[in-house]
Order: sequence, then structure tokens, then C-alpha cells
Amino acid sequence: MKKILKYFKKSKPDKTKSPFLFSVWESFFTFFFVPDEVTSGTGTHIKDKMDLKRLMTFVVLGLVPAYIFGTYNIGQQHFRALGQYLSFFDAWNLKLGYGLIKVLPLYVVTMVVGLGWEFYFSSKKGKGIEEGFLVTGALIPLIMPPDIPLWILAVAVTFAVVIGKEVFGGTGMNIWNVALLARVFVFFAYPLTISGDDVWISGFSKIAAGAHPEYGWWETGFFNTIFGWFGWTQFDPSFAIVDGFSGATPLSIAKTGGWDAVIHTFSVKDLLWGNFPGSIGETSKPLILIGSFFILLTGIADWRIPLGALLGIFLTGFIFNIWGATPLMTIPWYYQLHVGGALIAILFMATDPVTASSTFKGKWIYGFLIGIIGMLIRVINPAYPEGWMLAILFMNSFAPLIDHVIISNHIKKRVKSE
Amino acid sequence: MLKIKKKYGYFGNDKIIFLKKGMDIKIKGTADKTFFNDIHVENFAVQPGNFRGVVPIPGMDINVGDHVKAGDILFHDKKKPELKFASPVSGVIKSIDRGARRSIKEVVVTADKTIEYKKLDSPNLDQCSREEIVDFLLDNGVWPLIRQRPYDIIAEKSIVPVNIFISTFDSAPLAPDLDFVIAGKEDAFQKGLDVLQKLTSGKVYLGLNGNRETAPSDAFKNAKGVVKTYFQGPHPSGNVGVQMHHVAPIKGSNKVWILGVQEVITFGNLFLKNIYDAERVIAVTGEGVIGTKYLKTYLGAEISGMIKSCVKDEKCRVISGNVLSGEGKEYGEFMNAFDYQVSVITVGDYYEPFGWIVSHKSRPTDSLTFVSRWLTPNKVYNVDTNTHGQERAFVASGIYEEVLPMDIYPVHLMKSILANDIEKMEGLGINELAEEDVALCEFICPSKQEFQAILREGHQMMIEQGY
Repeated sequence: MKKILKYFKKSKPDKTKSPFLFSVWESFFTFFFVPDEVTSGTGTHIKDKMDLKRLMTFVVLGLVPAYIFGTYNIGQQHFRALGQYLSFFDAWNLKLGYGLIKVLPLYVVTMVVGLGWEFYFSSKKGKGIEEGFLVTGALIPLIMPPDIPLWILAVAVTFAVVIGKEVFGGTGMNIWNVALLARVFVFFAYPLTISGDDVWISGFSKIAAGAHPEYGWWETGFFNTIFGWFGWTQFDPSFAIVDGFSGATPLSIAKTGGWDAVIHTFSVKDLLWGNFPGSIGETSKPLILIGSFFILLTGIADWRIPLGALLGIFLTGFIFNIWGATPLMTIPWYYQLHVGGALIAILFMATDPVTASSTFKGKWIYGFLIGIIGMLIRVINPAYPEGWMLAILFMNSFAPLIDHVIISNHIKKRVKSE
Repeated sequence: MLKIKKKYGYFGNDKIIFLKKGMDIKIKGTADKTFFNDIHVENFAVQPGNFRGVVPIPGMDINVGDHVKAGDILFHDKKKPELKFASPVSGVIKSIDRGARRSIKEVVVTADKTIEYKKLDSPNLDQCSREEIVDFLLDNGVWPLIRQRPYDIIAEKSIVPVNIFISTFDSAPLAPDLDFVIAGKEDAFQKGLDVLQKLTSGKVYLGLNGNRETAPSDAFKNAKGVVKTYFQGPHPSGNVGVQMHHVAPIKGSNKVWILGVQEVITFGNLFLKNIYDAERVIAVTGEGVIGTKYLKTYLGAEISGMIKSCVKDEKCRVISGNVLSGEGKEYGEFMNAFDYQVSVITVGDYYEPFGWIVSHKSRPTDSLTFVSRWLTPNKVYNVDTNTHGQERAFVASGIYEEVLPMDIYPVHLMKSILANDIEKMEGLGINELAEEDVALCEFICPSKQEFQAILREGHQMMIEQGY
């Protein structure tokens, strides 16, 4: 460690001559070493061990279970389309390998593009790089379909970081959740890549019976060679999509056929554990919940928001059950979390402290309204059967207003009592 | 984490207020309840900077080399000449030191072996009027010991405070035990309370420690003529601002006065012994010194005189006050006027490899992301001055409210100060807060924001705007 420290100190670039290099250097340096800064002497002399790096790291750690499952599930859904290895742990090497081929490029592109912008802006501002993008960058791949073209992803990340965050002044100043901005950008600019029944199953240009998977060098060259050494099952390009397979997500099935059609295709157990097509990280409820312990029990995310949102979801779902006017309304309220991305949205995206309401009362209202509006968009909206992205972005816009009302009342109370 | 309300017998009929929010920072170096008898501080100083609202260059009433008695006036405010400052000890004026922009930093007195007191012509408490007492306090240079809230400024002569508050315990890290400090001075304390009752149109409030199984000192518990309230809960329950907030909050343009326990004793002795007795019992604390005990000395003692014989070899930071809200000092500097504690901790200028995820040194924290916070909540920690991370924009929300047991939104207030929004600052309760009250917010802040500095700026802004 001492050698690394020495190396870092020796290789320190000149801040005025090459600010970009300096900010890259500084961010790596502070990643390796918490610096030797001491308190100023005019404030507290001791400081809590906690810092923003640790806070952000815990959110990322909380996302790891969703990543592991999401990666595997890409392979699982791929082979489900082919009618092969239907049991979840069959040919695990193929499913995991296939998932990695899809997820790693998404993650790398997100990180390189996003951090590139962060470095650029932190060098412009002459300040240290802010850790916010660690979380944003971990969230973005999780809420994308597996086959999203990498250039679209790069454009979306650029939009989210530059227009969504940096123009407002960087981490801590943004109004909208940056990860969701990346998704909403793709959603409106390239809708065909992120909606419909064709995009959630990876590896096929069109979901139709008889279509063959499109394997490249990674599958047939790299992984098949490795798997061959161990005598494991290998990728077989001759497989074809089975008759009657649609690739539809549970929600889009529910949109036309109601809840009965959903459980005809997927068992409740599959829905719970996440064995169905969808955005990469949204499907497995138990693993998202396990991850959320990292941020809920440690107080990084405020439990009031997800709890408020749950109340909103269940209440709205219950009312829809009674109403029962459209097929989507027939999803029982207690199964609303099983389908779609509600859970990851309310646990990991609604709880972003920067864009959420910042008062305790406001958090209840904010969470509750996200639950209601998300359900409204999911069920009532004619075009697209999911609503969390838009609901959270919508409530992000209103969080300052909620806070304003609460703070104004607080002020009034104080002034009145005088 | 679960805090249980405990009702102790000694509460009697007095009100008890349970405070849930806050945090006790347990660190090493509590002072043993014995006195140093081998340490005698030579130099003492009165520092105009300790008293908020004094002009930076006061008018001198003495020259270097003069001999003064304890109670003789050293200097006065040039704008308000009635504000005078007395010498805490008798001795020879050693120097008049200047700081930035030729302001007077301190007037240093080298103390005599035995202190010679100026005999004061104290009025009879039972018969005199409020004005007589006010004039007496002003004339004899002890008036500046009264602080006025909001903003912790020197009490204004023209103001009749709605209430006077005294906190009889300190909940800050390593804070001195005021029950021990007051031992033997009970009469003077009561006399001081009698004086204060004459100064306010309202009441004198005493905040008592309800955290312990044993009752506080009789001087506090049985104090007469005052309203007593017990407080139970973690730091900052001992902060007078927090106590005020729960007993009788500052409203509108109201002004209240606050005093520390030892200032009250000084006030009492003005009338009991007819002298200005500025004796202070100071707790020498912190892991940076060898031998942590109490020390009997006088107001404004020289720091090198207090601890030079016992500092460890490591680089240390010496703090007048506690580690949260005290002021960092050099060895040659002096204790601040209102501090009863000197804290010495090591300087933390080290690099910690991957310190943001792997803890190499166990340090106090409020964050539940640390296993120690779950498993060993009562651990007593070593501390140092490392910031454990770099300054960032405000990100976290909801955590600050958990360490501030007041109906105040700290982050919103800080942001309104940064935005110079005076009206909002006032509405959000800046008048109720002192720097020490937000010190815990600053301590736990993962963005390493300087709450106390921001609040100070806000107070300054309010004062300049004439609020």
C-alpha cells in the first residue's frame, strides 16, 4: 500500500495545466486512499467515519443481488424462448455466460460514458469528482432491455448526465432521477428499442416461431471453447424459437388477457422469483428485497418512501379490483408487485435522497403519490402497461413543491406562535 | 437504540422532558474526578473575540507593565463605553497582543502567586433596584459574562430579558461533570441565581440532568426561586438552546439571557464575598494528554500552562471546549471565556487505504453501515481530526433531524443561509439555534458540510440586518 501511495503522489498531474487528468487522478487516488485531510479547527474537530463514497457504495452493494439475478435471467429467458433447459438451473453455465455477454457491455458503456462526462465536468469546476454516478451507473443497465443498442445507451447516458444533472450543478442539485432520465430518453427517442413484445428476450431480431438465435464469437468461439474443456453444455445455434412463444411480459399479457392469462403463462412462483422477461434488474422480488436491506436497515434510503408507495399501490390496486373495467384491473392488488418493475422502482429509485422530498411528512406524501400515479399509468394508460418511470419522474418534479408546502406551514406555525 | 424512559425518584414534582433524538459520542479521555495540584498556570488573558458584539479594537484602560488586581478594568468597548472587561486575576500586564487587522486579540496578565482582589462596593441585594445591579455589573466589568440569545452576543444593557436560562449539565463528549465542579460553591451558586432573578421580567430556568440514577448536586436540585426542568436523553440534551426550545422557546423579537454554572457562581461571589472571583474549574480531557483531571484555575488560562507537562509525543490538536464545538488553539493561546473544558486529540493526517469501505481504525459513527454500530453500541472510541472523506454537496436527507431534538429543519435552514434568504432563515428558526446545537449535524454529515460555520454566517447576516 505504501508503494501505491508513493506512486500516486509521484504521478500527480498539474491541476492548472491538465485539469482533466488531475480530476481523473484525484478520483482514483481518493478511491484508493481516504485522503489525509483534517478538520478546519473552526467547526467540529472530529467527523463521522461515514462519507458519501460509502453511502453510494452501499446502494451499489444493494443492487448486486439484482445484477446477479438479472444477468442469469437474460440467459434463462433466451433459452425459454428456444424451449430448452426450461428448469431454472439447467445449463446454468450457458445462461450465466449469455447474460454476461449482454450485461457487461451495457455496464462498461454506461460507466465509461457517464464517468467520462463526470471527469470532464469536475475538471471544469475544479472540484473533486462526485460519487453520485456510481449509483446512477449501476442503476441504468438494470432498467434497460438486454438488447438495447450500445450507441443508444451511450446517447441516453450522455443526455441524463449532462442535461439531467450537470446543467443543474452536479450531484445533489439535480431535480430528476438521473438513471430514470436515461431510460425516459430512450423511451421517447427510440421507443421501439424499449417497448413492445420483441425487446425483452435477448438474442433475436424478431420473436417468431422458427427464428434462430444470433450468436457471435463470444458464444460460439469464446464460451463454447471454455465449456468444451469442462465438458459442459455448449451454445447451439441450430435451436429455434418454439411455436406459440410470444416474448410478452406479464403486464402486456395482462393488458389483453387479464390476470387469468398471466398465470396461464407464468406461475406465481415464477413471477415472485423473477423467471419472466422484463428490464434486466426488475424481475426478482426476493433478491431486490435482500439488496434493499443494505439501504433500508442502514438508513441510507428512507423507509417512509417505499412504505408510502406500497400503500398507494395496494390501495389503487384494490380499487381497480373492485372496478374491474379492463383486463389489467383484474390483477389482484396483492400481486401488483409480482409483475413489472414496481419494487425496484420504489426501493431504489424513488428513495434517491436528492430527488425525493426531504421532509419526513413530505416523504410519506411523495411515496404514496408515486404508488397511486404509478398504478394509474400502469393500468389506465392505453399505450404502455407500466408506469414507475414516469410516476417517479413526475413526482420528482413535485417533490420541491411538497417540501415547499410543508416548510411554509412550518414557518407559518413559528411566526404565528410569536 | 431503543431508548427507554426512566423515571427516577429525585425528579420529585419537577417537570421532566424526554428527548429521543441526538447522539452520545463516547470517546476516550474523560477527566478523573480529582484535581491537579502540581499545575499552576502563570498567564491569563481576556480575549475581546470571545465576546460577540464587541468592537475589534476596544479602548485600553491599562498599559503593559501595570499591576492590576482581580476585578480591575482592563479595557472597554469604544462604541458602548459602559461595556467594561475586568481582569480575572491580579498581576502584571504582560502584553497586549494584536491579531488580524490590528484588532486586539488578547490582554495577557501574569498572575501573582496569591491573587489580590479588588474590594467591590456591592449593593444589598434585598433592597437595591434592577438598575443598581445592572450598573454595578457593568461598572465592575462582569456584565460581559451574560450572553444573549439569539446569536450569543453580549447582553444588551437596554434589554430586560424575558427569561434567563442556565443548563446545569453538559452532555458533549468528555464534558466536565458540573456536579463535581460546583462542589463547595453551592452558596455562591444560589446567590448568583438570586441576582439573576432580579434581572429578568420572567423567570430563571434551570435545566437539570435526568440521565443518571443518582440525583444531581443539591445546589441544582434544591435551587430556590427558579423553575427546574429535568432533561433525559442523549447529547445535545445539555445544550441550553435545546432546553430552551422545549421549555420556553424564543419567540418574535424576544431576547433571553444565558449563563453557565461557573458564571453564576462568579455572580454570586460578587455579592457574597464582594469580589470578582473568576475561578474556573476546567476539565483537562482527551486521549492526547497523559493524566486527565480537573484543574482549578481562572478564566482565560494559558493553554501551555495547563497541559505542557503531559502531552504525548504525537501531533495533537488542543481545543478550548469540546471536540464538537470548541475552538482549536495553539499551545501559547488561551482558554475561551465560556469554556470549562480543554480537549486534546491527535491529528489525523494519515491516508487510509480504501477507508471508505474497509475500516482500518475504529472511529465513532452514527451510520448503521458500520458493523460496530450494531454490535458494540457502547464502545468508547479513539478519535482524531481526520475528516474521513471529502466535502460534497448536500445529498443525504432525514439523518440530520435525528440528531437535533428541536422542531427545526437543519438542512433547509442551512440552504436558506447559503441563499441569503433572511426571511426564510428567521422562519426556519435561526433565532433558536446556536452553533453548538448543530454540531452533531456537522459531525454526522456524510457530505462533510460545515454546519456551524454556515450558521455563524447566518447569525452574522441577521445581526447586520438589525434583527
